[in-house]
Amino acid sequence: MFKKLPFILMTLTFVLVLAACGSKNDAGTEGSNNSTGETATELSGNILAVGSTALQPLVEQAGQKFMAVDEYKNVMVQVQGGGSGTGLTQVSEGQATIGNSDVFAEEKIDDAAKVSELKDHQVAVVAIAPVSNKDAGVQDLTKQQLIDIFSGKITNWKDVGGKDQAIVIVNRPSSSGTRATFENFALGTKVEDIQGSIQEDSSGTVKKLVAETPGAIGYLALSYLDDSLQVLKYEGVEATVENVEAGTYPVWAYEHMYTKGDPDAATKAFLDYILSDEIQQNDVTELGYIPVSGMKVKRDAAGTVTQ
Amino acid sequence: MEQTEGGTVMNNKLKPRRPLREKHYWEEWTGRIYTSICVVFLIVVMFSIVYFVASKGLSTFFQDGVSMREFLTGKTWNPTGEPAAYGALPFITGSFITTLLAALIASPLSLCAALFMTEIVPGKGKKILQPAIELLSGIPSVVYGFIGLSVIVPLLRSMFGGAGVGIAAGCLVLSVMILPTVTSIMADALSALPKGLRESSYALGATRWQTIYRVIIPTVLPALLTGIVLGMARAFGEALAVQMVIGNAPHVPTSLLESASTLTSVITLSMGNTTMGSVHNNALWSMALVLLVMTFVFVILVRLLERRNRV
Repeated sequence: MFKKLPFILMTLTFVLVLAACGSKNDAGTEGSNNSTGETATELSGNILAVGSTALQPLVEQAGQKFMAVDEYKNVMVQVQGGGSGTGLTQVSEGQATIGNSDVFAEEKIDDAAKVSELKDHQVAVVAIAPVSNKDAGVQDLTKQQLIDIFSGKITNWKDVGGKDQAIVIVNRPSSSGTRATFENFALGTKVEDIQGSIQEDSSGTVKKLVAETPGAIGYLALSYLDDSLQVLKYEGVEATVENVEAGTYPVWAYEHMYTKGDPDAATKAFLDYILSDEIQQNDVTELGYIPVSGMKVKRDAAGTVTQ
Repeated sequence: MEQTEGGTVMNNKLKPRRPLREKHYWEEWTGRIYTSICVVFLIVVMFSIVYFVASKGLSTFFQDGVSMREFLTGKTWNPTGEPAAYGALPFITGSFITTLLAALIASPLSLCAALFMTEIVPGKGKKILQPAIELLSGIPSVVYGFIGLSVIVPLLRSMFGGAGVGIAAGCLVLSVMILPTVTSIMADALSALPKGLRESSYALGATRWQTIYRVIIPTVLPALLTGIVLGMARAFGEALAVQMVIGNAPHVPTSLLESASTLTSVITLSMGNTTMGSVHNNALWSMALVLLVMTFVFVILVRLLERRNRV
């Protein structure tokens, strides 16, 4: 009898644990049942949005709000990260409903037939600003100076009017969407990774390294900027929402949500919801993006800007 | 008479057992079937992983026409450039340098810890040191990476100048991470040693240090090396912690304090940003294949060492 005691105890714990899990699940389904309950609604379905980690927080937050709306309570929105490439691949192969991307599909997918299948929905704008360590002693850089720094021609801050301090480049990996945006619109050219430069994929790490490393330079989305960094003006223009909207500050890109062909009803409702004023005026600005509706300029996949 | 009596006694004892025996018979068979299913499942999973990685990794060479020589010996990695260059040598060297240095740092520490636990203060050492070391292996690697980024990198920066990120930071973080693996394997090997060996050494008048140095270490050397190799295998495959502190510049480093990359760090950095089927993506799978092959090499090494151990 006593020999069996540990076994019995273990079984008991298992049962208890399972019961605890079960009750939680029950509570969850009950809750959603209650809210779905009476009215038979028109829209239902599962939406899986995969891709860009830069866009993920917005889609997640919008998804939560969307599912809380009475009309859409039968729609299930799931959001996953994984990177722009993953998002475009999965939506193109039909594994995901929506592919989130920081760049135009044309820039990632070589196959033109596959690109033409995808439908672009631009939901927000992200602006990127060059930043440096506070002690570098520089506040303003021109396009040419940035090119020289990121291509390794200028290696000391004194050459651009700062302190006598070696420049440490904190870059993004060559496949990153943020880097593509920075290269396209701030530098106007692709740069190779120079020896000794640092590459980090997460904005948090870039911010930490630039803030702590003497002589560091990098670039970050506006939502990450704060007093720990020196935000550099680009060609004398400050990276502010107003300047981006007016088109005077050029380093910005759309956040895209791609669908394969035209979206189904539920997906369309979700995309419309993200573009609605409720999300654009609140969540989008809260999370540090810029609403597409405010943009006075437009840009196409080739980078041509129109008023 | 006696025989028959014995027979009846045996029969009496056997009778109630018969259903039990049948129960055992079925138990044995369900057990066998269950284990066989698990084994088959494991083998299928293993082979499909190897097949998947190999088919993706090899298509870089056979489908996209990147030459294998360029991949293994090329020093330029510029997959988005014109023309694109797929030289993975910087990452291969980065992986090997960090792994070897981490093993160099961790092995003596682990050996001392293992000796302390088994030979010098077996009672308390085992009670206090072993749980402490086992605790180290339970810490998630992202925590090591963050500690590396917040403590080791600034420390190196203030000591040697520069950015602080680089091979040195990477191998310091890795050496702490592989410490528990190496130590516990070494301690197991040391405690499995027959007692007679030590006692005969003491009986000959050897001191404890002489016993450790001349008898114990040479006897368990293959097992000690097994520990180091397994630690290296772990270090070779570690991605997250290294990626955070090594800097990830795609160049063969010229100093320990310079930013460099490992195979794993480059894969984790770029995999999500590339589309499946693109040459860049396939090249990353080729690197995964290199990692897989290296794991095989480590396993074979361990097997060889074990064989030597047995003889």
